[in-house]
Amino acid sequence: MFDDLTDKLQETFQRLGQKGRLTEEDVDIAMRDVKLALLEADVNFKVVRQFVKDVKAKAIGQQITKTLKPAEMVVKIVNEQLIELLGEPGRLNLSSPPTIIMLVGLQGSGKTTTAGKLANWLRNNHKGSRPMMVAADTYRPAAVRQLEVLGEQLQLPVHSEGIEPPPPEIAQRGVEKARANRHNVIIVDTAGRLNIDEQMMQELEEVKARIQPDEILFVADAMTGQVAVEVAQDFNARVGLTGVIFTKVDGDARGGAALSIREVTGVPIKFLGVGEKLDAIEIFHPDRLAGRILGMGDILTLIEKAEAAIDQDEAEALGARLEKGEFDFEDFLRASHQMKRLGPISKLMGMMPGMGDLMRQLEPGQMETQMKITEAIVSSMTRKERRNPKLLNGSRKKRIAAGSGRTVQEVNQLVQNFREMQKMIKQMPAFLQEGMMGGGGGRGGRRGRRGRRGRGDAPELPFDISQFGR
Amino acid sequence: MIFGRAKSIADSLRKTRESAFGQIGALLGPSDIDEAFWEELETLLIQADVGVKTTVHLIEWLQERVDEEGLHRTEQVRELLKGRMVEILSASETDYLSGRRLLSVVLVAGVNGSGKTTSIGKLAHWHKEKGQKVILAAADTFRAAAIDQLKLWSQRAGVDIIAQAPGSDPGAVTYDAIQAAFGRREASVVIIDTAGRLQTQFNLMAELSKIQRVAAQNVHEAPHETLLTLDATSGSNALSQAKHFAKSAPLTGVILTKLDGAAKGGMALAVAHEHGLPIKWIGTGERMEDLQPFNAREYVEALFDNGAATTEAVR
Repeated sequence: MFDDLTDKLQETFQRLGQKGRLTEEDVDIAMRDVKLALLEADVNFKVVRQFVKDVKAKAIGQQITKTLKPAEMVVKIVNEQLIELLGEPGRLNLSSPPTIIMLVGLQGSGKTTTAGKLANWLRNNHKGSRPMMVAADTYRPAAVRQLEVLGEQLQLPVHSEGIEPPPPEIAQRGVEKARANRHNVIIVDTAGRLNIDEQMMQELEEVKARIQPDEILFVADAMTGQVAVEVAQDFNARVGLTGVIFTKVDGDARGGAALSIREVTGVPIKFLGVGEKLDAIEIFHPDRLAGRILGMGDILTLIEKAEAAIDQDEAEALGARLEKGEFDFEDFLRASHQMKRLGPISKLMGMMPGMGDLMRQLEPGQMETQMKITEAIVSSMTRKERRNPKLLNGSRKKRIAAGSGRTVQEVNQLVQNFREMQKMIKQMPAFLQEGMMGGGGGRGGRRGRRGRRGRGDAPELPFDISQFGR
Repeated sequence: MIFGRAKSIADSLRKTRESAFGQIGALLGPSDIDEAFWEELETLLIQADVGVKTTVHLIEWLQERVDEEGLHRTEQVRELLKGRMVEILSASETDYLSGRRLLSVVLVAGVNGSGKTTSIGKLAHWHKEKGQKVILAAADTFRAAAIDQLKLWSQRAGVDIIAQAPGSDPGAVTYDAIQAAFGRREASVVIIDTAGRLQTQFNLMAELSKIQRVAAQNVHEAPHETLLTLDATSGSNALSQAKHFAKSAPLTGVILTKLDGAAKGGMALAVAHEHGLPIKWIGTGERMEDLQPFNAREYVEALFDNGAATTEAVR
């Protein structure tokens, strides 16, 4: 999962040579890799400094075991430390209804959308929740209208008064109305503002004073850089934050800002915004975010590589055969050549979310070796045999084993595996049309994929993007 | 006019200066170059969101010059650094909408919340001030009330807008806007507002390509500008944005938004360095006038000037 960092550290430790335990010198050098990885993930510089210091203290003197190599050891410590610092997911304080929730943040961080998502989430996840939203952003053109539209889409009430009245008054009247109508959750959307805008920050204090919120949630963009710390600190100092909602986490931002904000303000992260749809919000999980910060792989790179390396015609031909439920050793060879052009398999697997754990169980190069053996065996077959594996009898298998330098048992094993595979392919042509080899490069192709999907749907990948970083 | 503008940039960057770049200015005051100096400079560049790669490049480039020319004072590094930054920022510089044509088409794209609609409102105002007739195309048909937001801007700026119902096809809106511009003849600029999209959303990026194609098929060599709005508060993800948006719709430049905050905008340097993408406009506030043509030298000067004084105050 933490391929980039693990690779870098492995190189580093190889240079340093084998030792029984991690020395201070080793760790010092390794920490440079850790530092860079975190900086590239946009973790604040000062936070990185402290982080590296803590990790170093934990790493020095660690016994190196057979099962855990130095690089893996360091990554493990880094990961644990990240998860610890990111903290437990914060829960909303719903203990004294009506619960008044106020959303604050910079312009464009996603407050209005989050207001809708949060209202929807509460309704769906807390029985008896009757949320109402209050439109107190009178500055951005059509912000009030946006919340009203979200309310219509969700069929939830929105209190709005246009853009003339001062926001603190709108907020107050909204809360009063919600109380009168027995709404037990009130979500107040405020205008985006710069933390250095004195007048606007004063206004925010006034809104707070008028409505006495139970929760003041800071809505922060996952793409934020080094400045995240100052902004969060300023907001926290002025209004006292009770939680953070991290938005746009469905993109490819590493999201180091989350660590910075959490570390500097101590305010718990409560939710993540993970998509365009109004149900695309989830409770924060520190382990997933830790994986992302450490660079759990890069789907975009994987897809780019696939597009660049795969021979379209060949892939289409293969896809067509798979759709008909046909697959022989010739197809197998072609497919494996295509795969090789993408680079080392372990690397490819590491790019796929969720495969990191599997990869860690294998010896480095184990997959590649297995592929090579398989190819050697298949190459020792005649063309006739490849097209019609049923021909493979005892004497043919003996010849193939001799030709490829493997044992008859290995040939048997391969033929057996291949039959299983053929069976699967025959049973599930529909499935293969959609995903795996057929979908990536072949028929499913880009046109079909894009054409079919509606706006707001998750991009159709050969795997579930919501597994990101898990 | 030029001085007025320069002052305004300096003013908007005031807060930026007080932070990382200002401290760089202070660091580059009169003193001897030593190991600690390089380390500190590296730290400050990282803190300014210049990004790891471009920071390493700058430090190595400076160290080479210092060795070659036998420099040993930090104030000498200051001029070198400024010069190199200007060089990077102006390397791929081209004029906004250079050349003459009957109808100019400007496509604006970016991630959610980066400031597309606001920038378009300001851009419309800028064209209007120049006496050009503008039509806005409301091709963000997805986000709730995005069309209303653009309509309000069109009223403020006093320009026309072509919009369809929410959920309609952005390509069709683009086509309509272009046809309207030709039909009414007097319109010479079409600016297309698009929905915010993350560069990882393939279907939405394909939609952007389609908008681009519709423009290309209906106006010679259109879009004449395809601008990416980049939030000055963003970190390294800006690089990914520049890379992937360029693939869906060839970019001609960047609008660097929200520079009036504490944001350092250092990513602009990284984007220019790593992707050769010029900054064309900077957004410095919420008023219609708060959009200025980018000038590399002015920008760099504004980042460094008075840095020493403000940093003293901060300390």
